[in-house]
Amino acid sequence: MIGFPILSLITFLPILGMFIILALPKEQPKNVKYLTLAITAIQVVLAIILLANYNYSAAGIYDEKSFQFIEKFRWINITGISWLGTVKIDYFMGVDGLSTPMVLLTALISFIATLSSWTIEKSVKGYFALFLLLDAGMMGVFVALDFFLFYIFWELMLLPMYFLIGIWGGPRKEYAAIKFFIYTLFGSVFILLVMIGLYFSATELMQDGARVHTFNMLALMNPANYSPDGILSALNPNNLRLIAYIALFAGFAIKIPMFPFHTWLPDAHVEAPTPISVILAGVLLKMGTYGILRISYPMFPDITRQLMWYIALFGMINIIYGALVALAQKDFKKLIAYSSVSHMGYVLLGMASLTTVGINGAIFQMFNHGTITAMLFLIVGVIYDRTHTRGLNDFGGLATQMPVYTGFVTVAFFAAIGLPSMSGFVSEALVFLGAFGVELIRVLTMISTLGILLGAGYMLWTLQRIFFGPLNEKWASLKDLDGREYAMFIPLTIIIIFLGVYPSGMLNIMNTSVNSLVSFVTTTIHSTSLGGL
Amino acid sequence: MNESLIVNLSIIILFLPLLGFVTLIFLGKWIKKLHLFEVFILGLALILSIVVMYAKLSFYNVKDIVAAFTWISMGNAPAIGSINIELGIKIDNITAIMLVVVNLISFLVHMFSIEYMRGDKRYTRYFAYLGVFTFSMLGIVLTHNFLMMYIYWELVGLSSYLLIGFWFEKKSASDAAKKAFIVNRIGDIGMFIGILILFTQYKTFTFDVIFQQIGLGNLPFNSTAWLTAAGILIFMGAVGKSAQFPLHVWLPDAMEGPTPVSALIHAATMVAAGVYLCVRIFVMLTADAMLVIAVVGAFTSLIAATIALTQNDIKKVLAYSTVSQLGYMVMSVGVGAYTFAFFHLVTHAFFKACLFLGSGSVIHAMHHEQDIRNMGGLRKKLPITYYTFLISTVAISGVPFTSGFLSKDGILAGTLAFGKLTSHWLIPAMGFLVAAMTAFYMFRLVILTFHGEPRDHHKYEHAHESPFVMVAPLVVLATLSIFIWYTPNPFAPADGWFLKNWVKTPAQVTPVQTRFEFMKPSTEEAKAEVHGEITHSVEYTETMHWAHYPAMILSLIVAGLGILIAFMFYQWKKISADKLAEKLKTLYKLSLNKWYLDEIYDATAVSGTLGFGSILAWFDNKIVDGIVNGSAHVTQLVSKFSNLFDTYVVDGFVNFTAFFSGFVGLSFRRLQTGKVQTYIIFVVFSIIILLLIFKPF
Amino acid sequence: MLQVGLTHFLVVSAILFSLGIYGIVTRKNAVMVLMGIELVLNSANINFVAFAKYGNYGLGGQIIALFVIILAAAEAAIALAIVLNIYKTFANVNVDEIDKLKE
Repeated sequence: MIGFPILSLITFLPILGMFIILALPKEQPKNVKYLTLAITAIQVVLAIILLANYNYSAAGIYDEKSFQFIEKFRWINITGISWLGTVKIDYFMGVDGLSTPMVLLTALISFIATLSSWTIEKSVKGYFALFLLLDAGMMGVFVALDFFLFYIFWELMLLPMYFLIGIWGGPRKEYAAIKFFIYTLFGSVFILLVMIGLYFSATELMQDGARVHTFNMLALMNPANYSPDGILSALNPNNLRLIAYIALFAGFAIKIPMFPFHTWLPDAHVEAPTPISVILAGVLLKMGTYGILRISYPMFPDITRQLMWYIALFGMINIIYGALVALAQKDFKKLIAYSSVSHMGYVLLGMASLTTVGINGAIFQMFNHGTITAMLFLIVGVIYDRTHTRGLNDFGGLATQMPVYTGFVTVAFFAAIGLPSMSGFVSEALVFLGAFGVELIRVLTMISTLGILLGAGYMLWTLQRIFFGPLNEKWASLKDLDGREYAMFIPLTIIIIFLGVYPSGMLNIMNTSVNSLVSFVTTTIHSTSLGGL
Repeated sequence: MNESLIVNLSIIILFLPLLGFVTLIFLGKWIKKLHLFEVFILGLALILSIVVMYAKLSFYNVKDIVAAFTWISMGNAPAIGSINIELGIKIDNITAIMLVVVNLISFLVHMFSIEYMRGDKRYTRYFAYLGVFTFSMLGIVLTHNFLMMYIYWELVGLSSYLLIGFWFEKKSASDAAKKAFIVNRIGDIGMFIGILILFTQYKTFTFDVIFQQIGLGNLPFNSTAWLTAAGILIFMGAVGKSAQFPLHVWLPDAMEGPTPVSALIHAATMVAAGVYLCVRIFVMLTADAMLVIAVVGAFTSLIAATIALTQNDIKKVLAYSTVSQLGYMVMSVGVGAYTFAFFHLVTHAFFKACLFLGSGSVIHAMHHEQDIRNMGGLRKKLPITYYTFLISTVAISGVPFTSGFLSKDGILAGTLAFGKLTSHWLIPAMGFLVAAMTAFYMFRLVILTFHGEPRDHHKYEHAHESPFVMVAPLVVLATLSIFIWYTPNPFAPADGWFLKNWVKTPAQVTPVQTRFEFMKPSTEEAKAEVHGEITHSVEYTETMHWAHYPAMILSLIVAGLGILIAFMFYQWKKISADKLAEKLKTLYKLSLNKWYLDEIYDATAVSGTLGFGSILAWFDNKIVDGIVNGSAHVTQLVSKFSNLFDTYVVDGFVNFTAFFSGFVGLSFRRLQTGKVQTYIIFVVFSIIILLLIFKPF
Repeated sequence: MLQVGLTHFLVVSAILFSLGIYGIVTRKNAVMVLMGIELVLNSANINFVAFAKYGNYGLGGQIIALFVIILAAAEAAIALAIVLNIYKTFANVNVDEIDKLKE
């Protein structure tokens, strides 16, 4: 264990940075950039320190003792107002095998996105201040263990995102920003409702022996903490639980984004500036699946088991549908956006399997999609910076003009296709292995394998249209990558290939937790009395 | 020589080409002549693999050497138990032989390429790609499990993609590369699902463990149907990679790549990986699966041969010939002639590599002319190329004293025996027909290219024999097409050391009732009678003996006939090929246009998928997003309405209240006179009224 | 024989009260109004004393009457002072016309 509160530090460091930036004079954009870079670099260092001190055999999930780097103290404590009752809310942070990969990912992607933000010219101060606020919100979501705190971070990250798209975005930025904001907020309402429902259904045993309503996620996972007549009681499962689960799931599904809630994604991606696309695809989408694994699964294990076929079905639809729609795109960025939809489908499919292999694959896919898609959006950014167009048919023959760039593109594209020796393959293979092993969703899995064919289709076609063939004379003066762009691509490439060759490096972090999660979800609350679906 | 040394050597062999790749990619820009390092590395790998083969075949002839490590460990998974995914290598005799074949041909192709590719602007990159290909191919050869097979399977796909599309400035090249990768992926999906079935049942990818479990009666999902399905699905991988019908369409297009690449990847090694896979999974194939494989193989070889008859591009002819020969090998696995399938794989690798490199030599000499109608008479200009090409052609046509005769004869005997035992006579019939056609189109190729008078004098004048580094590989490969390397008796392949000592049919592990009658093990007495043959029934062994001579004679006849007709048509001009083509116009067109398969695929699968994608994109944009935007509009509409409501009803009420209060206030204002005495009157009268009302007394 | 009883006192008191009210309401001169108030107060005093005499209430009535007298004196003093000031300000003691607060 470490002697300082590493999780608070890693979460609130960007906010500190934000205040410093706000205090800096407007005439020093360079300093603002370097400061942000330093802050995100420190975050990466902290993430590495966290990993170095991480105990691989501690499970977490529902057991507070095996969570790591815990910080817990009373945050809000209201007593003595008779009609309000006692409200106790904890500031509760900790990590386990579910969140550690996401913390690493967030730190990494924030750093890379900062590098990518170097080209920002318009009101630099405001941009980087919002950027850091966003960073803090994302990090907080992944380390919070109190539902209330989780929700605060969840909402916190919406605001900067709205402005980052709405001010620094493309031609239709206002539309995209509002769509993103409203859509996500719409989902948040469901989460909030279920959160409050759970709060009033469960109590936690305090040290003084009293039972008090709680937002503590771990307490909410334990069926024994529910009162039998609570509306979402786990002791007396009723149909309200099913409805609550679906509402909660919808709230998270919007973020993933799951078909049919995905249409904000292409718009947001196309309009957002490159670094924001990178963050959006690299980290934000993971929050949806993370939320499902962290909250929906262990708090509603009964419903999860009941609905796994439907989750897998939506996973399959995401995979196939996203890939087919990607095939028809003419805008490079939109194509990548839809490929994200397809790739997040693998995460859903793996989660739906409720097996160690599948969920390991799903979380690993979350991480890998984060790195690979970040790279893909950076790639789009590089070409867009130089040519100010994203039309797939506007290019041709760039491989001769920009060989190094083409090299990185090839790596990223084949990683996205799931070529072995790159990380994407391992996670996709694990997802399929896990999902195929479950008889209920076997057929869906078999259909889903078509995704790897379609993926190869749209990626290779793109590669051909942009990079192969005779050089389009219009682009004969394009420059190859510069040092800053190397600095963005090289770490990602190394991680993608390293994890493709040595996936245990990441899988070992999550494995214990996933085993614990699977056994928890598959064995807690035996109930077949539910009606409904 | 102990086992661990062999293992270590094999691992070194595996990673040497990768080292070459990495070095060339990162340092190629700065160090000149770095490609020679790659060639050197391949030479080293070749020497080491010869050492490994020698050690394996001499000291560990019957023992397989296995080494593995745990790649992914998932602890103790709930409800499943421990899951460990292993990677590892297995060196049996087949592996040892393949190591040498791959490294030898790869080395020769590297050597050949030094001259052939000279002056290319991505010269070093080319050698790097060859290195990564060799690495991946060796991985396929060495693997001891399905997962690693799949991994390297995809990696050869990648290197094939990179090399086919090496001259990506040409649209046709990048098209071909893309097509190759995607068509292969179709097969790979099948293979992957097959592997999923096996993993789900056995929680391991390792060949030996899976086969052992099947042998113990532990079937996938407890059903023989799933076992058959697994076999056929995994075979789909081979259908893609070995260009079997209906996925063969990528291979002829792949000829867009540099010719040495065609020799290495699309003739000798990678496309043979499918056959290698079939050989690996042979023991778990049920009778149904084998029949499917045999039919696919036979049909492929026939369809490819018919197309090869009329092609005019020297590489296209060879490509279809490759498809046809691969069909032969696959068919051979399907009919149970396991050893001959592998044997043909090896012999074909050498003579087909020789043919391709020979064609490369011709193309090089003719300054990138590939159309045989513009060649002719090159015998005098390119003597070494001609003779090596001829030897290989003789070999592929199945003329005695060549390696091709030995292996093809074995396969044909196998099909004949299969026909007799199962009454599927169509398969041997196709086999012999293809043998005749092969001899015909190969000699057509030789005659049109090398014999007769030059048809393009300008190019002919400038043609010259290739330099040493190009002809040396040709000579080596042509030499390897002679029978003596495989057997001392040119008419009895089974007596040679290759088949007698090195490669033996393994015992099937499938449940007995799912096998062909002739694949069931023999009884104890029968075993003794036929000297320990245990994998097949006695009947099969006898039938093979019976089939040996008829097959040999028949194949000699058909091959001779094919060669004769070729000479009649093109050398002696006794019959006019053009007139015949005119007469059989429909058939000729069909053959020339490759049965219109590309067009059919484009019209159905490709445009179907793209069209469906467009429809979905429209659906996504208009309907799904339309609902989202629509709900936004509806919300706006509702808000407008509620705005009206708010203005006129809610706020109206508020204003009315204010107005009413004002009205009342105004009315009562008059009472406020500001005169004390008026108030007092009010007070007094009020009190009196109150007293009167409440009567407190 | 006419016995002077409680009723008589009350009748006198009532007459006095009514005269007082009449004076308050009808007079325009502030001093006259003050005198009316004095009458009303004294009618209340008579009531107090009468009830104290005929009811069994001890000396409370008389004491309160004393208080009222003192209070009336004080009140008269203050009120006359106010009227004097009003006169100084407006040169008028007509209550009808002193309605500046109405504005």
